[in-house]
Amino acid sequence: MSDMTLRQWLLTDAPSSRRHARLSSFYKGWLNLRSNTMAMVGLGILVALVLAAIFAPWLAPHDPFAQDLGNRLAPLGTPGHVLGTDSLGRDILSRLIYGSRITLYIVALVALLAPVAGLLVGTVAGYTGGIVDAVLMRITDIFLAFPRLVLALAFVAALGAGIENAVLAISLTAWPPYARIARAETLTIRSADYISAVRLQGAGPIRIITRHIWPLCISSLIVRVTLDMAGIILAAAGLGFLGLGAQPPSPEWGAMISEGRRFILDHWWVATMPGLAIFTVSLAFNLLGDGLRDVLDPKDEGK
Amino acid sequence: MSVALRIEGLDVWFGDGRDRVDAVKEAGFEVATGESFGLVGESGSGKSTILRAITGLARDWSGLIEVEGKRIEGARRDRAFFKTVQMVFQDPYASLHPRHTVDQVLSETLSLHKLGDVDARVVRLLDDVGLGAKFRFRYPHQLSGGQRQRVAIARALAGEPDILLLDEPTSALDVSVQAEILNLLTDLRAEHGLTYLMVSHDLPVIGHMCDRLAVMKDGRIVEVMGVEALRRGEAREDYSRDLLAASVGA
Repeated sequence: MSDMTLRQWLLTDAPSSRRHARLSSFYKGWLNLRSNTMAMVGLGILVALVLAAIFAPWLAPHDPFAQDLGNRLAPLGTPGHVLGTDSLGRDILSRLIYGSRITLYIVALVALLAPVAGLLVGTVAGYTGGIVDAVLMRITDIFLAFPRLVLALAFVAALGAGIENAVLAISLTAWPPYARIARAETLTIRSADYISAVRLQGAGPIRIITRHIWPLCISSLIVRVTLDMAGIILAAAGLGFLGLGAQPPSPEWGAMISEGRRFILDHWWVATMPGLAIFTVSLAFNLLGDGLRDVLDPKDEGK
Repeated sequence: MSVALRIEGLDVWFGDGRDRVDAVKEAGFEVATGESFGLVGESGSGKSTILRAITGLARDWSGLIEVEGKRIEGARRDRAFFKTVQMVFQDPYASLHPRHTVDQVLSETLSLHKLGDVDARVVRLLDDVGLGAKFRFRYPHQLSGGQRQRVAIARALAGEPDILLLDEPTSALDVSVQAEILNLLTDLRAEHGLTYLMVSHDLPVIGHMCDRLAVMKDGRIVEVMGVEALRRGEAREDYSRDLLAASVGA
């Protein structure tokens, strides 16, 4: 099959199988995303981050934990240490590369926990209505009313410092907005004719929520998650900075800034480099989120 | 002749207390098995609400609804009901899930009705409504309005119902497509021996499709008459005559 016919096969108006239809709609979304330059920049950065995390042992020029006190606080461009060294003489570039693993780990865990919890609570509340809705949404309100970082702090203080607890704390404060979005979407969807139609075929609430409402909520949630990722990375970095997230000597970016803070006037690069890394990844998530919104928004589908 | 659908003293309302709106008041009519019965009236006269009360989509109602001699209560309907009665909605742009292919829509319906041999049945349903297998894996946005309504009709027919409730099935379509859909519905009725209860504000459509009709105004049934009487312009009530005159004059 030549390249041109593969493209035609993917762009056909009359797919010949279930797989073909799915691939075709996926490809159209990809074309749509590809035409958005900024989203592709964001995607490129994130792919680079994932690759850096996977191939960290090969990419990193030094051991991220190896100390060299004779060569501490070396400036940018020092031979062998492109981004300099920190207060214990550890290579900052290597620590950044290894730190991408921690960042991705946090991002992945939060992205698995918070939106799923929010989706569950929001769609059940929205579809069931009545007293279930009232109870679930008041619980959501209570969580929304807490200042995010303070609740996370309290949670970490109760469970002890560490990445997993930081992730739990962040998820605990991150799910309510997703529940709200999912509920709002569900309220507009549940009275639609296609939901009435499937109810008239005898479908029960579980099938309707999982098969018919979730697919329509998920796209707006994905967009919201990518846009929130920046905030989640910053919250994780914030917890690390306060000493409640990742613990030294772990090369978590927020913790690295925290360590560099003491020398920020004389040796600015020690805190700035991890700061730039957080900034770049946050920006990449925001750019991708914006692009995904254009592709995934069901209201624009088919126009 | 047996009665497919009997409705007596039907009241349907929305809201409670001071917000209560009575959409249908003391409506009553019978539809014989195999008959095609029309409900006409202007917008807001309660004709669609009667269909929604029958299917349980409108929860608050009182009176008697009997489907094939079985009395129906409340808003819950059992599996047997969904196997007997199906509905085609007004707007084909709103009645198909935007993320489901035609295949997903029909095979889910078939599995909900516990019918086996899904693949062959989906193809046959598409053939029945004049779409053919090449439309099987398309998404709704790849279909025209008329094609979507054909899919909606195929979905309604999937469970092999006896009674089809048609809620203005052509009013969202343009005129040439309307005629195709109406002819399809006529053919399907002959083929499957269906009973139709059809709502429309369009008297010519009712005249073409139905044997008898009821005229509704402000939630009440003003008059029930045969379609022959409609054609001869022999409406007994003033309102029906006005409606008739308005539709002929247009």
